[in-house]
Amino acid sequence: MAATKKAPAKKKAAAKKASGGAKASAAQIPKEVLLDLHRRMVRIRHLEESLGRISTEGKVPGFLHLYVGEEAVASGGCAALTDEDQITSTHRGHGHLIAKGGDFRQMMAEFMGRSTGYCKGKGGSMHVSDLDLGMLGANGIVGAGVPIGVGAAFANKYRGDGKVTMAFFGDGSTNIGAWHEAVNMACALQLPIVFMCENNEYAEYTARDRVMAITDVADRAVAYGMPGVVVDGMDVVAVYEAAVEAVARARRGEGPSMIECKTYRYYDHAGVQGLGRTYRSDDEVEEWLARDPIDLFEAQLASSKVLSKAAAKKVHDEIQAEVDEAIEFAENSPWPDPTTDLLTDVYTEAN
Amino acid sequence: MTVTEPATDQRIISYNQAFNETLRELLATDPDVFIAGEDVGRYGGVFQSFAGLNKEFGDMRVVDTPIAEQAIVGLGLGAAAMGLRPIVDLMFMDFVMVAMDQIANQAAKMKYMFGGKATVPLTITTTGGAGLGAAAQHSASLEAWLIHVPGLKLVYPSNAHDLKGLLVSCVRDDNPTIVTLHKAMLGSKGPVPEGLYEIPLGVANVVREGQDATVVAIGRMVQFAEKAAEQLADEGIDLEIIDPRSLLPFDTETVVDSARKTNRVVVVHEAVRNGGIGAEIAAQIQEEAFDYLDAPVGRVGAPFAPVPFSPTLESEYVPDADDIAAAVRATFNR
Repeated sequence: MAATKKAPAKKKAAAKKASGGAKASAAQIPKEVLLDLHRRMVRIRHLEESLGRISTEGKVPGFLHLYVGEEAVASGGCAALTDEDQITSTHRGHGHLIAKGGDFRQMMAEFMGRSTGYCKGKGGSMHVSDLDLGMLGANGIVGAGVPIGVGAAFANKYRGDGKVTMAFFGDGSTNIGAWHEAVNMACALQLPIVFMCENNEYAEYTARDRVMAITDVADRAVAYGMPGVVVDGMDVVAVYEAAVEAVARARRGEGPSMIECKTYRYYDHAGVQGLGRTYRSDDEVEEWLARDPIDLFEAQLASSKVLSKAAAKKVHDEIQAEVDEAIEFAENSPWPDPTTDLLTDVYTEAN
Repeated sequence: MTVTEPATDQRIISYNQAFNETLRELLATDPDVFIAGEDVGRYGGVFQSFAGLNKEFGDMRVVDTPIAEQAIVGLGLGAAAMGLRPIVDLMFMDFVMVAMDQIANQAAKMKYMFGGKATVPLTITTTGGAGLGAAAQHSASLEAWLIHVPGLKLVYPSNAHDLKGLLVSCVRDDNPTIVTLHKAMLGSKGPVPEGLYEIPLGVANVVREGQDATVVAIGRMVQFAEKAAEQLADEGIDLEIIDPRSLLPFDTETVVDSARKTNRVVVVHEAVRNGGIGAEIAAQIQEEAFDYLDAPVGRVGAPFAPVPFSPTLESEYVPDADDIAAAVRATFNR
């Protein structure tokens, strides 16, 4: 589904509902892009499932917020970006880093608190990030990555370097003040940024309709003077197409856009204890699981003869092997040394 | 320890003019520097501290922002992480509290959380302190809040000369820094060299050398300490005055050396005494120089109440030279 081109002022009805329109257009997307989208999703799924498993074995300190179920959002969004473009992320940030090109070894080492991790074991799951990939943090504070993303977008406009920032956030973030401040500022300054909402219908453990009086987060876009569209967040092609259009718009200097992806978090807000059935109905969970983004896409790819079932399995197996190797790497990695590492990196020392 | 001696043949300009001039010179010499904040552009700032800069450097370098302190700091933080040197203004120090998540949770921690990869050359400017009848939400002194945050740096210049040198050092520093101007000192004048110069962060200034007691005074309190020194000189007490200038990092060595010399110390700040930076400084002195002290380290600060509005209340609330002199005398009555 394409993002609207209507003028923001007339956009009360601009937040269009999810539709199957994207599936028809998948045929126009080059095969290598389709395979890339698939690969990004599978990479996220396998790393996250394995991470969840080893966390139950006591190998992962702290909290885990797994991205399983939402793979189409990070994958479709990041596939529309260049390596030089930036993203900001959330509590649930592993998927964003993987989709932006994150390295499994350094991720696993970080999750396990080892010195070979992306953050030398100082950040962990909630802060895993790589500035070299243009990722300005996962974030432990809901909504707080969005103002930082606006700052990166400002730097892009300031330098005129043509880069775009994509700020990922959840439906819950859009209820916090910092989000509104940042979105308004980005629109006022016409910055090259895409606001990428992953609406998984729950803010932590509380259903969206208990804490918001609107159904579509994208309705908020019109209040700030930018286009807002709703896409099926379980359809990676739909996400990708909307992202491509919004990124192009930002790159042309036409300012921010918002994309709301309707998606679903399979596991609880944190941990892997279950599928959250104490606060979600069985019917609801089953309905979403039946629309698994990877299953849906693989069925499409098979029927369009882009990727056979056997070839897809091979991708899964390769990636799982890479995950297993990364776990082994992390387990064999040294812990940070309190005598040398505890107090470094607090400040940047003068040259 | 350094003793700054502004040459007497230098230009005399105001604290506010020194701020404006420094910003202009930084903008002119470093293309990575930009300024963003409420009213800083077309209007030139509520105190005209930014006057003329938008006209000279344009909307991308002197940016009018919405009234949105979290987004203002986030704007600076994201741009700093991308390698620019933003100066973002929070108008009144009370608004630091509005933006505290972006300052303390984000900017200050980014480098550490990212395992050292991030560099955050962000400068936040603000005006603190009482004295203008600005009441409880426009008169804050929040040094103690900010020095409690690993990753930040904080300066509080007590005169125009130091303001320029400290501001330059902060903007050139690769860490998040906060420059607190005292709003009641904006018109105060002093000698300021032309051109950019740096005063290193973490180096105190011995404003007045003395033998009998030491006053560590912060921000506007330095000028009150100097008045107190005149009173005390008449009584035969030779006061040493130390202006830390930079509160984080803090020049413990200069303060402790002075304590060992004079054996009596009073710490003076405008914030409330309870939990104030004076408590931290007093603790450091007793840790390093306990055996040299002839009296407990005295503390002068505001009473434990919000900053009041009415002039009669406000003038009583803010510490003055008499309060400082009395606290110094008390160190002799042991």
